[in-house]
Amino acid sequence: MRLYGKYFVIHLKSVMVYKTSFLLTCIGQFLVSFNVFLGVYFMFQRFHVVEGFTYNEALLCFGITLMEFSLAETFARGFDLFSYIVNKGEFDRILVRPRNEILQVLGSRMEFSRIGRIFQAIVMFAYGFAVSDVSWNLLKILTVILMILGGSVVFGGLFLIYASICFFTTEGLEFMNIFTDGAREYGKYPVCIYGKRVLQLCTFMVPYALIQYYPLLYLLDRGKAYYSLLPVVACLFLLPCLLLWKLGVRHYTSSGS
Amino acid sequence: MITMQHVCKTYKVSKRDAGFSSAFKALFHKEYEYIHALDDVSFTISDGEMVGYIGPNGAGKSSTIKILSGILTPEQGTCLVNGMTPWKNRIAYVKNIGVVFGQRTQLWWDVPVMDSFELLKEIYRIDTPSYRRTLTELTEMLGLSSLLQMPVRQLSLGQRMRCEIAASLLHDPEILFLDEPTIGLDAVSKLAVRDFIKKRNQEKNTTVILTTHDMQDIEALTDRVILIGKGSILLDGTIEDIKTGFESTEEALAAFYRSHHI
Repeated sequence: MRLYGKYFVIHLKSVMVYKTSFLLTCIGQFLVSFNVFLGVYFMFQRFHVVEGFTYNEALLCFGITLMEFSLAETFARGFDLFSYIVNKGEFDRILVRPRNEILQVLGSRMEFSRIGRIFQAIVMFAYGFAVSDVSWNLLKILTVILMILGGSVVFGGLFLIYASICFFTTEGLEFMNIFTDGAREYGKYPVCIYGKRVLQLCTFMVPYALIQYYPLLYLLDRGKAYYSLLPVVACLFLLPCLLLWKLGVRHYTSSGS
Repeated sequence: MITMQHVCKTYKVSKRDAGFSSAFKALFHKEYEYIHALDDVSFTISDGEMVGYIGPNGAGKSSTIKILSGILTPEQGTCLVNGMTPWKNRIAYVKNIGVVFGQRTQLWWDVPVMDSFELLKEIYRIDTPSYRRTLTELTEMLGLSSLLQMPVRQLSLGQRMRCEIAASLLHDPEILFLDEPTIGLDAVSKLAVRDFIKKRNQEKNTTVILTTHDMQDIEALTDRVILIGKGSILLDGTIEDIKTGFESTEEALAAFYRSHHI
């Protein structure tokens, strides 16, 4: 953990070297997600209610999903850019250092410009929070925290799968973005609106529903109490991801001289 | 003590002809070719020895270094370094080795060299007193005092290479692998690097394995030379063994390569 802190500081120092670039990227990130927000806004101008969810409720949902994704992207960026790390031979260097590979990959890249997105998520969440009719109590606040943590873990796991595939193909596979960026886009609305099949898929295959739909129902007093703990269950998703990663490391063949 | 016995390493490379149609075909049906990077390689290196590992491009030098440093796992053969197999129990093993890849940097690009060193201290869990001692020693021997506060991107190649070498030695390893440490350096930097490697070997009894294309490196540093071509060892002896009858080592080596069709 101390090592991770050191990595954090060194990235912060690097970022400070290029202040203008950093600021502009942040603003860009903010504007991109703002676009998505406008999409949701205009949609609800027309329909007011989608599958039983009001505008404010959807906003709450979107805010949380965006936050989860941005956090994962900030800290698991090394996995997102893993094909680059393998191709440049940086992974060789990682292997000759006496520390866990995953920790080193996490430490090798951190994307602070994602703060633009996180900020957007906070604004949206705060707004959804303020206008929604949720009667907040300690347990519900805890649920939100669990959702954010569990969500970051699930997205982190997806990035890990993405990275593990690089061991076999040396290039990242773009189709994986369906699960990462795609989930962020579709996460604007509670997943149940896409139909029952998708909901099942998102419950048992890639557990998006466990970090988004079910706990949200609980927040809105429409779900059972145990729904609030489902994000913890979603963390189990990390296990098969780690397994794939281990397999990949064993398969690793390095690149060039 | 390093022993390698009957080590084989094969790469599977997809084969295809140039041109669009064959690129298109390769999408559906790939043909693979097996390249024997190492073919039954065996040698022994004792503690404190300095060995030059030479051969033409693609002969298997880097593959050997990567196997010895635990990055790659060979299909066949055994390898023992100080009683440990490099590719098993990686974390325990790499604490005792230092690796310099001449063509790649391990320093953080945008921050002062010192920050990279501090991070390495944390990675290798070096305790503060021995870190200070090693750092002062290395700073003095490599002349780094004016460089430590500079961002890496502002260093010249020669300055950077000196910092790279220091970075690989902060944890005081028993064995040092140098993969083309003098590549692209000017005369002054080359001499400084050579000088340092020699001193390090004599004073600390560090085992050094060095790959290079620069014959002057070999002449200045090593008594023993292992020559590899097409994945097998062609010669294990001294530079004089190759040189016989030729004026310059370079010519001798070229003639040697030609006579072995590599």
